[in-house]
This record gives sequence, structure tokens and C-alpha cells, in this order.
Amino acid sequence: MGMTHIVDRRLNGKNKSAVNRERFLRRYRHHIKKAVSDAVHRRSITDIERGESISIPSRDIDEPVFHHGQGGHREIVHPGNQEFVTGDRLPKPEGGEGQGQGQGQASPDGEGMDEFAFQITQEEFLNFLFDDLELPNLVRKKLKDTEAFNYVRSGFSTQGVPAKLDVVRSLRGAHARRLGLGGARKKKIRELEAQLAELKSATADLDAAFSHEDQVKALEDEIARLKANVKRIPFIDEIDLRYRQHLKQPKPATSAVMFCLMDVSGSMTQMHKDTAKRFFILLYLFLKKNYKKIDVVFIRHHTSAKEVDEEEFFYSRETGGTIVSSALKLMHKIIESRYSPAEWNIYAAQASDGDNWNDDSPVCGKLLTDSILPLVQYYAYVEITPQDHQMLWYEYERVQEQFPGSFAQQQIAEPSEIYPVFRRLFERKAA
Amino acid sequence: MSDAIDRPNAPGSDSPATRKPVSTGSEWTFELIRQYDEEIAKCAAEFGLDTYPNQVEVISAEQMMDAYSSVGMPVGYNHWSFGKQFLSTSKGYQRGQMGLAYEIVINSNPCIAYLMEENTLPMQALVIAHACYGHNSFFKGNYLFRTWTDASAIIDYLVFARHYVSECEERHGVDAVEQILDSCHALMNHGVDRYKRPAPISAAKEVLRQAEREEYLQRRVNDLWRTIPKMDEDEDPITRKKRYPEEPQENLLYFIEKNAPLLETWQREIIRIVRKLAQYFYPQRQTQVMNEGWATFWHYTLLNRMYEKGLVTDGFMLEFLQSHTAVVYQPPFNSPWYSGINPYTLGFSIFTDLRRICEAPTDEDREWFPDIAGTDWVKTLHFAMANFKDESFIQQFLSPKVMRDLKLFAVEDDDQEDSYKVTAIHDEPGYRELREKLARQYNLSHREPNIQVWNVDVRGDRSLMLRHVPVNRVPLGKDTEEVLRHAHRLWGFDVHLESVDEGTVVDEYHCPHPPPLTS
Repeated sequence: MGMTHIVDRRLNGKNKSAVNRERFLRRYRHHIKKAVSDAVHRRSITDIERGESISIPSRDIDEPVFHHGQGGHREIVHPGNQEFVTGDRLPKPEGGEGQGQGQGQASPDGEGMDEFAFQITQEEFLNFLFDDLELPNLVRKKLKDTEAFNYVRSGFSTQGVPAKLDVVRSLRGAHARRLGLGGARKKKIRELEAQLAELKSATADLDAAFSHEDQVKALEDEIARLKANVKRIPFIDEIDLRYRQHLKQPKPATSAVMFCLMDVSGSMTQMHKDTAKRFFILLYLFLKKNYKKIDVVFIRHHTSAKEVDEEEFFYSRETGGTIVSSALKLMHKIIESRYSPAEWNIYAAQASDGDNWNDDSPVCGKLLTDSILPLVQYYAYVEITPQDHQMLWYEYERVQEQFPGSFAQQQIAEPSEIYPVFRRLFERKAA
Repeated sequence: MSDAIDRPNAPGSDSPATRKPVSTGSEWTFELIRQYDEEIAKCAAEFGLDTYPNQVEVISAEQMMDAYSSVGMPVGYNHWSFGKQFLSTSKGYQRGQMGLAYEIVINSNPCIAYLMEENTLPMQALVIAHACYGHNSFFKGNYLFRTWTDASAIIDYLVFARHYVSECEERHGVDAVEQILDSCHALMNHGVDRYKRPAPISAAKEVLRQAEREEYLQRRVNDLWRTIPKMDEDEDPITRKKRYPEEPQENLLYFIEKNAPLLETWQREIIRIVRKLAQYFYPQRQTQVMNEGWATFWHYTLLNRMYEKGLVTDGFMLEFLQSHTAVVYQPPFNSPWYSGINPYTLGFSIFTDLRRICEAPTDEDREWFPDIAGTDWVKTLHFAMANFKDESFIQQFLSPKVMRDLKLFAVEDDDQEDSYKVTAIHDEPGYRELREKLARQYNLSHREPNIQVWNVDVRGDRSLMLRHVPVNRVPLGKDTEEVLRHAHRLWGFDVHLESVDEGTVVDEYHCPHPPPLTS
């Protein structure tokens, strides 16, 4: 009949609803953020990288329309009559809800569906987790501000410093020049020499008037002149010199290193460490969202500091006093040897219960202000204690005054305070 | 139809010995779909089905979910509610709780039908028969669709609407547009003309007229409000009888679009778009039973005709019948699966019985349907399809046999009584009453509360008064306050709603203020 047109649309975009879905998430971001925030508390740490099931009370997302309410008088026709005859009376169920409406879906448990549940992906989960929240100074180092450059070769130039002289290229040029300048003359010399040889080999003419002597002499003079000429062509000239040319290309800093500093002295319990761990994980996840490559350095300390792996960092036990400056010194050493601030965005998070050897706290403050803070993007200190602040806190307060943009400290008393504190620490600074 | 046509489905019209099936496997190919479509089209022509040209689009399950969540439309403006629909659809589908519709069909010219690639060949054939010949001929033939929708313009209009809305989002921000759309959606069901034939929609004309209308609209609105209050005459607001509008208006969105004092032009345009779409869907909401019943009847009839002609195998028929049976299954009222009357079942039963009444009438049929019994069934069914909507169709054609087959019974629920009462069942004294009650159940204006624009206080505080007329004392639902807030957002001044039952105000709602205490 030819009236029907059959089209294969399977390769057309299938994400037509993506925008509408995104609109939905946007509209209910407060609900979702709360659910995500709850999930962060609830989940085990290793588990943090997956999506989440969100439910929103149905009444919050219902689209209201005018409709009939309960009450009044109504009649509904139903199918499947078995034993009823006209005039039968049937008891109403308790609660008086009109059961005879015949519309509205009942959920399997017999209750109304009062939750609208859906899944968000891991990426969306993290997005909501970090929504509105940005590390200070994080704005990825702008290209123009980048201090690190890559030099890329971009051909040759006639000017440059001797160190960049390209010998092969220069000599090749010299050779070409010599050929160009001397070629014609050398050819002439070869011709003249051939003539000379011919003259010399020819039998001497008896006629003195036609003696070859003059001709030979003339040729020999000419040849000598030409040879001297050729010889004056310099082996290498200034115009032959070629220098390697390099262009300076800014290198975007997309690597970050995160220093985790933690006190593991006797006063830090496993609970303290767990709290610290969650804080570190949040920081790690956050950095991971913003940088391609992240190194994590774990430094633990009591009276002396040591760089350790993650396992040891969180789970091995130590005892003894506390000297915080030991960790700061080690951190500075590691930065100097491995993480040039020109190439790395450096972040540090320090967790402690606030204990420190009193004489050490001023040392810490000095170390931070003089050598560490100028190098790092951000330094966060969390004091995990429900008690009053100690010496270190007050010392750090002075540091914070000097570096309000790159240093922050917060106190966490309960694990449940981590996320709010994390947010406060990294709250988006008004641009 | 002439008598020369081989009367299909007549016994012995073909013998199975001549069976030459189009295919025997269950995998579909585009070539096979084309062949089946051709054969189905031939069968449809035998029965005189008149259709728009078809456009069959094969899509994946994901795309079906997309289509599903945009009210079946291939394009549409963006709104969070479609995202919500998508989330719940995809969740249900991924968990296997819910199959997807086999097909979606769009009332457009050409008529677009989606086939899912996951379907087997018999399913594709079923869908083609159901959508491309069943629904399609219904769209083309039924008076509501003929009068109220313009199949050739809808796609263009949707594209226009999408562009316009996204342009507004760019200019005025996503949130501002979303707010207007939310409010429009809340009033969407009360944004249709029920009795007046709307002007046909055209995207091109919309664009052209937009500029003119902008100016004109604003001028009209200004005219209405320009009047400086003149209270010098005998203008006591109590005694003043003249209301604005003089007659109550049923189309709330239309009234707001034309009269709301503070709306900006783009906001009026968005109201207009939502209103136009509501109007486009209005016939579908009024003909669900008929439309599905008609399409189901025809996929059943057409594929059986294919079988008679020897074009499909026994295996094909078994798979087809299994799907068909699932579609027309009606769980009884006391089943855990029961969620009201299945429109497929009801519609299919009525059309099937109508054919029976024509072909093999009983005495009962002759008594109940004297005009129909024994007539040409094809003509009779087409007449029934073309000239009715659900309410009148049931009222006219629901036969005692169908009521008996479905074992229908009516239950009365009165809040002044302690118990439900069975008022009619499928027996001789009950048939007429039952039929009337069921028909009323499909009357849209009975399903939705009757709310109209009653008055605007033009000279006073500009408040808008809506009036609800309850039927059988049924009050408004609990969303009412919320909807009123949306109405208030659009209107810009106070909105009041009164339920007036036989002259007495039985309930009132106000936005934003509760009523001032009057002593």
C-alpha cells in the first residue's frame, strides 16, 4: 500500500529525558542533599563511592490538581460480583476511608505509597555531597598564573644563546653556503687545470713565438687567484649558526598532593582516629573531583614523625608524648624533596586531639607561617575533642589571622559533626 | 462497502490447506515488518478502516522510557515533572516490576507509532495492527478528535512550544519559567473548553501572531483595569448585580491568560501553550475506553483475519493470543491486582458484543438494540466509533450480556450512612441503572470537580472569585489550598474559592489570607 513509512530510530539519542531528570534533581536538591548528608554518616568509609537511593515524601512532589475529596454520596461500578444482590449492605472499613473509589494504587503492604524513591548515580552523589563547597584558592591555577612551564621545541632560529646552538644544523648550513659560494669557482679551477695539463702534455712547439710558456703562466696565475678566492670562503660563518628554538608553554597544574597529618600518641583513641579518617576521606574525595592526579602522604607523629602507609596510619597503635612540630618539619622536608609547589597543588589536613608539648606550640606556629603556609594551597586543622582548647589551638589562631585565606581550623566533638565542619572549612568563598 | 468484497471472517473463506505464512520465526527484521504491515493493511482495507498514513518508528527500551515520560510526545518543553515521571518509569522498569508499553501512538498526521526493538515478531504485528490501524483509524474517525484536535499541526506546535519555553528560560531564568509552568499544570485540567470548539493550532501562525498578540493582549488587559473607581453613583458593591465575567467561565487558564492584571506577555504565552496542550489531550481523556477498546478489537480481528488467510502460523497465533489475553484481563473487585475497571476489557467487550449483536442477535438484543440487531456490523461499529465518547458510548452500547460477563455491580458510598449499599447488579431490574451509573463514571465533568470563574472584583481589590458546584455533596480534595496558591501566583491578587451547593456556601478557600473574621 505504500502508506507506511518505517524508520529505525534506535540510533537516535536516547537521553531525551536527561534534561528533565536534571530539572527534577535540581528542584529537589534540598531533599537530596539531606539524604546524601545522612548517607555519609551511615555508610562505611570504603563504601563512599557509589550512588544512593533517595526517597522524598510523595506529598512534597505531588502535583496538586483540583479533585474530589472524601465524603458526600457516590456510586461506583465494580466488576467480578460473586454473591451480592441489590440491596445488600456491606460494613464500611474502620477509619471511614471510602474504599469503593476504585482508583489509586495500593502498595503491597497495604499502605499508600507515601515515598517517592529513585536512584542517583555515584557522580551525582558526590556532586551533591560537595555542592556549594569549594576549597579556598582552589580555582584551578589559572593558565596565566601558572608558574610551571613546559618548553616545547618549535623549529630553529638564527639567534640564541650558545648553549642552544645546534651543531649539526649549523654545519650543514655552512656546508651548503660553501658549496653555493665556491662551486662555480671550483668548477672553473677544474677547467683551467685541465687546459693546463693539456698544454703541458702537448709537444713543445718549436716556434718560440707560439711558446706555451705564456699560456701556462697565465693559467697558473688564474688558478692560483681562484684558489686563493675559494680559500677565503669561511668554513663557518655567523649566518650559518642555527639555534634550537623553544616555546614556553604554561603547564596546567592538575596534580595535587594531600598531606594527612595525625597525632597517634596515647591520648588519641580509635574513635578519634575514625573521626579523623572520615575527615581525610572527605578531603580526598573532594580533591579527586578536582584534580587528575592526587598523591596522598600520610604522616603520623607522637614525639617523632614518620611517613607511613594508609594502613599503618590509621590502625597501628603508639604511645608516648606529643610533639607536633616533628610532623610539620617532616612535611616540609617532603615538600622540598618531592613536591615542588610549582608543579603540585599542596593541601594539608591535620587532625589531633589538641595535645602538644607546650614548648612546642610556638615552634609549630613559626614553622607554619614561615615555611609551610607559603607553599600550600590550603591547610586545615581539625581538633577532635569535646574538651576545651589547648595551647596549640591558640597558637593556630594567631596563624589563622595571618593567613585567613589558606589556613582554617575547626573543632569536632562528635563524628556526626564532621560533615558540617567539613563544609564550614571549605565553604565556597564569595568570589 | 460493496457486496462483492469477500466477506472476511465468514466461515470457510479460506482453508488452512492454502497456508503460506509470511514468516515462521519470531525474530523481526525491517523487511518482515514491512511485509506484515502490508498484509495487515490489506486486511484493514477489507474492513474499511480509514487511517492517516503511518510512520512506524523502531526504538529501544530506553527511548521508550523517554517517550513514556513525555506524555508520549516526541518533543516537549522541559519540566521537572517529566523528569519525575522518567525516574519512576526507569526505576520500575529496571527492577522488572513493570513492563513497558508495547507501543505508543501519537495522534498526528502521519500517525507515529513506536515499536520497541525488544518485541518479538508476533508482538510487532500485534502492535502494528493495534496502533497503526486501530488507534489511527480512531483518531481519524472519532468526532471528538475530528473537532478538537488538528493531527497535522501537533508536532510543529510541540516544536514551537519547546523553543518558546526554552527561549523564555534563557531570558527570564529557569526558575521563573518553572514556577509559571507548575501553576499552569495545576490548573491544566481546568484549562480546556468543554463545549466550544477551539481554533486549530498552527506553529507558524503562533509565531506570526505572537507579536501582534503581545500588543493586543496587553491593551485588552489594560482596558479592563483602566477604570478608575467611580463610586459616586449608586455603586454599592453589595447591590451591584453585574459581575465580571457576566457568565461563569469554565476555562480557568483561558480566563487568566486574557485577564490577569500583572502577568507579563511571555507568561501569558506559556499559559496559552499549556492550555493548548490540555485541549489537545482532552479528547483522549474522554475516549479512553472507546479508543483502547477499538484498537484492541481491531488487532484481534485483523490478526485473526491474517490467520484465516493462512498468513500466520499457529505458533504466531498462540503468542499473540497470550498477549491479547493479558491485555484484556479484568481482575475482579476483590483481587489484590484490582485497580478499577480495565478500559481495554470494557471497550473490547462492548465492541465485540456489538458485532455479535449485529451478526447473531438474540431476543434480548432485539429488545435492547432494535436499531442495531442484525445490521451490517462493520458499519455499525464504525458508527459507534465515530459519534460517541466514553460516557455516551457506554450509555448507548453497553449490553446486558457484557454486564453479565463482567459481573458488574454498583456500590453506593454515602458519608451519612454506616454501610455501603449494593444498588444494582447484573440482573434484569439492574441493567439500565447499572449502565447509567457506569456511563456517569466516565463523564469527565463528573470525575473532576466543577469549578468556574465566578467574579472578579474589578473595582475593588481585584480579587478573583472561583465557584465550585459540588455534585452529590462531594467536597473538594485536600490539594485545593495548594492549587489555589498556584492560581494566586498567576492571578497576582487574592483568589477565593467557594463551594456553593444549591445556593448556600458550604465551604470556602482563600489565598493568601484566611477570610477576615466577620461578626
